[in-house]
Amino acid sequence: MEKLIYMDNAATTPVRAEVLDNIIPYFTTKYGNASSVYKLGQSSKKAVEAAREQVANALGADVSEIYFTAGGSESDNWALRGVTEALKEKGNHIITTKIEHHAILHTSQYLEQIGFEVTYLPVDKYGKVSINELEAAIRPTTILISVMTANNEIGTVEPIAEIGEIAHKHGIIFHTDAVQAVGHVPIDVNKMNIDLLSLSGHKLGAPKGIGAIYIRKGTKINQLIFGGAQERKRRAGTENVPAIVGLGKAIELANEEMEDEVKRLVLLRDKLINGIMKAIPYSRLNGHPTDRLPGNCNISFAFVEGESVLMLLDMNGICASSGSACTSGSLDPSHVLLALGLKHEEAHGSVRFTLGYETTDEDVDYVLEKLPPIIERLRSMSPLYEDYINGKDNA
Amino acid sequence: MEYSEKVMDHFMNPRNMGTIDNASGVGRVGNAKCGDIMQVYLQIEDDKIVDAKFKTFGCGAAIATSSMATELVKGKTIQEALKVTNKAVMEALDGLPPVKVHCSLLAEEALNAALWDYAKKNNIVIEGLKEPVEDIEEHCHI
Repeated sequence: MEKLIYMDNAATTPVRAEVLDNIIPYFTTKYGNASSVYKLGQSSKKAVEAAREQVANALGADVSEIYFTAGGSESDNWALRGVTEALKEKGNHIITTKIEHHAILHTSQYLEQIGFEVTYLPVDKYGKVSINELEAAIRPTTILISVMTANNEIGTVEPIAEIGEIAHKHGIIFHTDAVQAVGHVPIDVNKMNIDLLSLSGHKLGAPKGIGAIYIRKGTKINQLIFGGAQERKRRAGTENVPAIVGLGKAIELANEEMEDEVKRLVLLRDKLINGIMKAIPYSRLNGHPTDRLPGNCNISFAFVEGESVLMLLDMNGICASSGSACTSGSLDPSHVLLALGLKHEEAHGSVRFTLGYETTDEDVDYVLEKLPPIIERLRSMSPLYEDYINGKDNA
Repeated sequence: MEYSEKVMDHFMNPRNMGTIDNASGVGRVGNAKCGDIMQVYLQIEDDKIVDAKFKTFGCGAAIATSSMATELVKGKTIQEALKVTNKAVMEALDGLPPVKVHCSLLAEEALNAALWDYAKKNNIVIEGLKEPVEDIEEHCHI
């Protein structure tokens, strides 16, 4: 097989072998509908409830507080739309940040269209939300605060426990999009003062198309998906039993292994970051140097454009991603990188490597060998680099 | 991004990459904010483009269209070069994904800007050549 160095684990992850083994029977022999009364159906029901317990355990939650969804985006939509609809008599203001995932940002924009007011908090140059700015943004009409646990692009981990504390001090519901964090950093919904939490299976070794939301007991939230009586009548739709089983197993494995795996990944991540910064001049690390996801490395290379870097990496079997506009099909580069204060051209030249369960020390060495000549080659073609060098000569 | 084999070939093995000292005409279009800049150098002798080079900051398609555009005008007369439109560049590359069509427009504009520079330096009028638009800083192509 052709060499493949997969360093895009924030985009998705391979399904782990142990997870797949657990899933397969629920496609082939244990395919019953969890709502059916006969034994075949009840074995599916039991599997779903076992997975619910695995998810609850990983978050320090009660099983009755976990609801399965079709993924992180549905969980985010449910949290924002469900709470605002339930509390619209109480207030019309929500607080979120400029660096959220589009599942939060676009839902917030929709809420603005139907009459809610939204504050998008800025972040500092590392992508951190300021607790003081958050508290200053609270109004008597604020009904919901939603801040992501860790950012998908730059990996910065936010001060979630403190944000939750402030929300509760003011009697406001606190939601966090923890899609990138669950399974990679410790989460405890009680210690961290979280009322609602979104998570996704395929970021932690489970299949795509499955997620969950934690809803603290007593939290006022309306339903998003209407229909059957599944998920204690709060989320309709026949349970995706194989994927739910996979999510349960994957989250259990991730939590069991977290301590060792985080140590291992942080070493690899810092080796990659330091190696790149040392080998390639005019590069800058995006995101917080230490308060960042264990597998995230995001670096901007001046004078080059991200998509062409990705194409040359792909030629060498390396999968990565970029905040360049060219890779998103939109006009502007990453809203996250712009929120950090990067210039457009710096954002266009960003490359994200996200390490995961399968990443090895050899993989990091391979990237450190292949990347510098790629950047050098693109710079040799870049009129911006030529301008810079000529300008320097004249200076 | 689904690119044709020709686009990949011109991206991986760009023709005419570099600069020409004391070029007859130099054209620069695009801007860093939008994520692509093309700079085209033309060497013109007796109304004929004897050499063409480019430097490009941009995505794979921007590099491939620069390579193809310079390749297409080499050896052509000025009037023939004016026929190297974005459509001609795209066809020569076996097409571009819809979101990348603006890269071929940029290539056409860069060629025209280089010809305009040549005309200005030599105080001549090239029939059919329009002055390059100066407001590119304001609008990104898509």
